Amino acid sequence: MDDYNEEKNPLTEPFHMRDCALVAMATGFRAQNLREFRYGLLNVPEGSIYHHFWGRFLEPQFDEPEYNNDFAAWAYHGLHEKALAERLSVIDPTEFDETESLRQEIVEKVEERLDEYEYIPWAQADKQFHFIKSQIVVLDTGKQIQTPEELPRAVASMSLGSIFYHFIDSRRRTEDKIDDFNAWLIGWGDRYIELRQKLAAIDPYFSSLKELRRDLTVLFGNYFQESQGK
Amino acid sequence: MSELLDKYREIAGEDVVHHLIQLAQPLRGMKIIHVNSTREGGGVAEILHKLVPLMKTLDLDVRWEVIKGNQVFFQCTKGFHNALQGFSVGISPNMLENYEKTNMENAEELRQALEEADLVFIHDPQPAYLIEACPNRRGKWIWRCHIDCSRPYRPIWKYLKKIVQKYDASIFSLAEFAQALPHPQYLIPPSIDPLSEKNIDLPQEEIDAVFTRFNLNPDLPLIVQVSRFDRFKDPLGVIEAYRMVKKFVPLQLVLAGGSASDDPEGKVVLDEVLRAANGEPDIHVLALPPDSHRTINALQRASDIVLQKSIKEGFGLTVAEAMWKGKPVIGGDTGGIRLQVIDHFTGFKVRTPEGAALRIRYLLHRRDTLEAMGLRARRLVSENFLVTRHLRDYLALMIGIISGLEDRIDVARWRS
Repeated sequence: MDDYNEEKNPLTEPFHMRDCALVAMATGFRAQNLREFRYGLLNVPEGSIYHHFWGRFLEPQFDEPEYNNDFAAWAYHGLHEKALAERLSVIDPTEFDETESLRQEIVEKVEERLDEYEYIPWAQADKQFHFIKSQIVVLDTGKQIQTPEELPRAVASMSLGSIFYHFIDSRRRTEDKIDDFNAWLIGWGDRYIELRQKLAAIDPYFSSLKELRRDLTVLFGNYFQESQGK
Repeated sequence: MSELLDKYREIAGEDVVHHLIQLAQPLRGMKIIHVNSTREGGGVAEILHKLVPLMKTLDLDVRWEVIKGNQVFFQCTKGFHNALQGFSVGISPNMLENYEKTNMENAEELRQALEEADLVFIHDPQPAYLIEACPNRRGKWIWRCHIDCSRPYRPIWKYLKKIVQKYDASIFSLAEFAQALPHPQYLIPPSIDPLSEKNIDLPQEEIDAVFTRFNLNPDLPLIVQVSRFDRFKDPLGVIEAYRMVKKFVPLQLVLAGGSASDDPEGKVVLDEVLRAANGEPDIHVLALPPDSHRTINALQRASDIVLQKSIKEGFGLTVAEAMWKGKPVIGGDTGGIRLQVIDHFTGFKVRTPEGAALRIRYLLHRRDTLEAMGLRARRLVSENFLVTRHLRDYLALMIGIISGLEDRIDVARWRS
């Protein structure tokens, strides 16, 4: 961290605000029963596992989703497997460093359920699970900020795509698998360590993008208001 | 350029338009062609009427070509359409021969432009065979399927698949529709245009005028289904649902259908609907010309609830249209309706006339719920189903295909 401080002049490193959109693609894998689901889980590209955990953030949704990922939602709505849905829903992808280990965890839950059953749960033909992946298209908003004090206002006006890119997608891109704000604040050395700790404590998985934008705006707003008062 | 974009900026927001401009930049100078089989009537023509001018506004070199065909050709392609939607359809070898010959004839006029184009979008099965007539194509060819082909009738799909698999990519409206094909399959839901005659805000007098024009009773609740007279839209099921509600609540029904030049079955189904309506004064069957956009707009706005009780549906643009006007929708639990109608939030998905009747009664009984659902419905469309989102997906797809299908496309970097 000290290295950052010595080597970088933060004033020359503005925070470039990006935006993004996901373009969904079929993977060719689909499942009508739990065994086919397991096969799909084992064989789809990593991007598909990622999409079904995180892609929903940029899809049409209202209020609180019943389950936190597409796999859990299908287990309940497609297979009517409430127990499996609960076990899958509680998996928090932020706990896994690699998508492969996340995949293994999901497969483990599915196999556990398969072992418990003497028959294979099936879905109706028109309620199959379709494994999807997505291309992420990254766009430049043309906006940038120079200092962390500008964060509250900047984040409040960010599009949901920007929030996704900087707070969720960043965990795939950054070396330490952290959000972009946190990564940028490292450039200021230890000065914002408390803020960075608070940022790291926000779990994006159980929120919507709107909630994340609100939480981040409040966090940055409170932090800089308090530091002004000190 | 800026005038049209300014209008979208007002509705969709500055960021959305800024994205479009950015995405279009790397595609400037490339030749893009869309081909379909009708310029008027039906969802595909409507989408192209919007997407193509918008692409031009973004300084893209884009053309829209329409193939021509005789009655036998359109009977055959209607057969394809029905077969892709799962109906067992017999198409004779002569009809297939005519289908291929018609495409070859159209190719005589279009070949040079198609072979020189960088990106060719072929919409639905009608012009799909053009790819066979263009062996020296230099660009990427994309087959855009607007039909629910989740469970196609296999013998016909087997024939079409041989053609379609020659494309570089395909686009389906939903994951359920995607098929086993040896190329990338994009998933892009269609959209509505908030600036079109069918969706723009109307003065109240114009909305009220439909009551006089079509002899509707302004004091009765109005339920409306707008769609082609097509068995998959289940107009008879709508009449059945209406009759079940009518026993308890006085109301009136409008079944408004356009016609498309590539749909020879429309007249047959319209006759069936008229027979089922049996001259009942509160059932209004309106066969409207294909350009009745403002009339449809006014009817949707005048309604209390909009129905789209399809048993098969590609996407169901009329659902998004109604939702954009703040109406809850009772829709068939099928295809793209599932993406738009979120139970208890923007309307209800139903599988039977009984289900539709139940939900109609529920909403007419709870006006506050009806209003709240309408507001949420508009929000959902605004955030997900406007033409600006649709165009963004197309532009991103084009960049994606040209840049080699990477998982991550950084437009700024790609541009440089």
